[in-house]
Amino acid sequence: MPTTDAILEVRGLSKTFPGVKALQDVDFTLKKGEIHALMGQNGAGKSTLIKVITGLYKKDGGEMLLDGKPFECDSPEEAPKIGISTVYQEVNLIPNLSVAENIYLGRQPMRFGAIDWKTLNRNAAEAIKKLDLDIDVTQPVSSYSIAIQQLVAITRALDVKARILILDEPTSSLDAAETARLFDVLRKLKSEGIGIVFVTHFLGQVYDISDVITVLRNGRLVGVKSVDELPRLALIEMMLGKSADEVECVEKGAGEAGDAVDAECFLRVQGLGRRGAIRPFDMEIHKGEVLGLAGLLGSGRTEIARLLFGVDKAQEGRIFVKGQEARLTSPRKAISLGFALCPEDRKSEGIIADLTVRENIVLALQARTGIFRRLSPKKQEEIVDRYIKALDIKTSSPEQKVGDLSGGNQQKVIVARWLASNPDFLILDEPTRGIDVGAKAEIENLILHLSREGMAVLFISSELAEVIECSGRVAVLRDRVKVAELPREAINESNIMKAIAQTEGQ
Amino acid sequence: MKIRLNQKNIPLLATIAVFFLIYAAGSFLYPGFFSLRVFVNLFIDNAFVGIIAVGMTFVIISGEIDLSVGSVVAFVGVLIATLVQDYNMHPLPAILLCLVLGAAFGCAMGCLIHFFKLPSFLVTLVGMFLARGLAFLLSLNSIPIKHDFFEALTDFGFQLTRKVWIPSIAILFVAVVLLGVFLSHFTRFGRNAYAIGGNQQSAILMGLPVGKTKILIFTLDGALCALAGIVYSLYTMSGYPLACVGLELDVIAAVVIGGTLLTGGVGYVEGTLIGVLILGLIQTFITFQGTLSSWWTKIAVGVLLFVFILLQRYLSSAYSGREARGRDGKKAAQAEAA
Repeated sequence: MPTTDAILEVRGLSKTFPGVKALQDVDFTLKKGEIHALMGQNGAGKSTLIKVITGLYKKDGGEMLLDGKPFECDSPEEAPKIGISTVYQEVNLIPNLSVAENIYLGRQPMRFGAIDWKTLNRNAAEAIKKLDLDIDVTQPVSSYSIAIQQLVAITRALDVKARILILDEPTSSLDAAETARLFDVLRKLKSEGIGIVFVTHFLGQVYDISDVITVLRNGRLVGVKSVDELPRLALIEMMLGKSADEVECVEKGAGEAGDAVDAECFLRVQGLGRRGAIRPFDMEIHKGEVLGLAGLLGSGRTEIARLLFGVDKAQEGRIFVKGQEARLTSPRKAISLGFALCPEDRKSEGIIADLTVRENIVLALQARTGIFRRLSPKKQEEIVDRYIKALDIKTSSPEQKVGDLSGGNQQKVIVARWLASNPDFLILDEPTRGIDVGAKAEIENLILHLSREGMAVLFISSELAEVIECSGRVAVLRDRVKVAELPREAINESNIMKAIAQTEGQ
Repeated sequence: MKIRLNQKNIPLLATIAVFFLIYAAGSFLYPGFFSLRVFVNLFIDNAFVGIIAVGMTFVIISGEIDLSVGSVVAFVGVLIATLVQDYNMHPLPAILLCLVLGAAFGCAMGCLIHFFKLPSFLVTLVGMFLARGLAFLLSLNSIPIKHDFFEALTDFGFQLTRKVWIPSIAILFVAVVLLGVFLSHFTRFGRNAYAIGGNQQSAILMGLPVGKTKILIFTLDGALCALAGIVYSLYTMSGYPLACVGLELDVIAAVVIGGTLLTGGVGYVEGTLIGVLILGLIQTFITFQGTLSSWWTKIAVGVLLFVFILLQRYLSSAYSGREARGRDGKKAAQAEAA
């Protein structure tokens, strides 16, 4: 045993992908009973570092020590065996197998050479109870919400007698109560001497739970500080590599640009609804206006986006585009009317990982102009270069495969795709999810700029601050009902919260 | 494992219902249909299909496909016939050799699929042509097998009633099904196959031995194909290079009718057994009917398959609907918390 109580030590780690130096000479030390936050913008190398430690990627250089002894996992199968357990941001469970089985898959209790299902289910029920969850462990995982699935994944990770627990953005799909419950569990584990690596974008949570912060930027180590000696502002500066004043670049008075109620009405919706998705609602969006949609997760925001884009068919109600009634039977129809949707779930609905950045960006534009009128390569380059610059997409070249980019940069590519198609009406469903502070401001500015040029925008976001900053009007949803609409003067955090809360009392 | 009454089981229950429906209709319409002998014959006539179908079930559950099975059956049949008749080899070592060859063949295809990340459709298509070609290389014609030991194997069995004889190949079929049920429900290997078919990426991140399992699945499948080839040669007492053309599609049909999702992750070996029996039952039905051409079997299977695909499609969309309601539940919880 080394003199320090470090369980995991990483020294001078490097990893290069085609054209991108993902990690350069990175050091990282995790001590026993420590919660260690790993911070950085998108593409800073957090995920790469974790994937190298867990054996999903092979390192190019440097060394990794476990209890002072060098180790290297050749595959993710080995990591749990030496006590390193990981929970990933996107829930990695088998949807059609039961909760119990998902917890014990690969290490089921055996009896007389056969899997002992009784013991398995009983153990699972006990393990689940430790997280204060009360669910039927024999039901398939897919019948539960993402939040519960995330807790099941954590239960699985804990069950291997892990000494090191790596949590890659575990809270991105949890609400406040669930996050608090998770933190209780983490503190308990910490007191048992488990080292925890915690990756998140939520600054508040970092200060709530962690002891030490390691900051990465562009694949390099920026610094290691204990939480007490690192104020928030300094942390942000470390992450961004520029001072906080520079980040505050969302133009003042931007809201006015989003305010254009007097302009021509682009889209009018009367009593549009679909059973189980959203109760009938009315809505108007004017040219050059940004309409914000606020509400909790699952309040019907995404459902509205899907109805308006023709992904789901409305069961009742009418839609008027520029005063003429339109029937939105398919996304193709919506696109031909000048609609565009930037979907929430980038992996399954947006990105085409095997195509290049350029191809992904011009995709929607090309679909709109028709396949027979190909955009000239020069034109394509022009467009793509513009958006790579405008959104600061970190890519080695426009010809890199999108699948090789980091999550946040993939999101930017999707946003760029729909912006490039220059629609009359743009629906943005959580465009800034999983994106770092700097890029958020860039996307917000771009939205405002476009609306000033006459585009109608429907802006959906979980972050109230963002909705408030961008929108000319805000529609508030709760429980799949549109409960309020706030005019520009009334938009502020407390009014929106009130609108959400008011109906709750009834 | 207890079979729960949830949506996942509906295809299986539907399969069982269809089986009894056809069986009842046959028994009602034709005298002699409802007899132990007809029932046992189902197991004899479909033994080779059933043995392959068990292997195919694992392949499909893991999200892959195997098109080579019919050719492998033919190749193994011809190989045994050649070895026994032309080279005077004793059938026992010939059979063992075939089993090893079959397993190696499957293993090789599994390795190609795993290590080179090739689609199983293409790899096994190559295997299909290769095995069929090799069969013709050995012989262009049907070779009858005449050997005392071979006949002894065929005659082995036990007398169930005075009229009904259960031969070795039917016993073998049932044994393979039982083995398949055990593997699928009670071993890590079997559960890993479900996990890989359910979500391969997750399975890798969960630290499951994905590559090993996949190769093992194809090895098992290859060995079972060889076994089916042996059963087929026992059944026909010959080896014929043109035998079982298109068998792979019959087997896939039986597996799908048995409630296994072609996309992987969901399925039952028990269901596959019923699926195979249904195919046999339709054939028996048409034989009893007497005037219809035997090709009507194909039409009936086609219709049945179509109905089952629709059912599965409907169920999987109903299933995702339930997921959405699951999220509703979460939202309600949030409301309470707020």
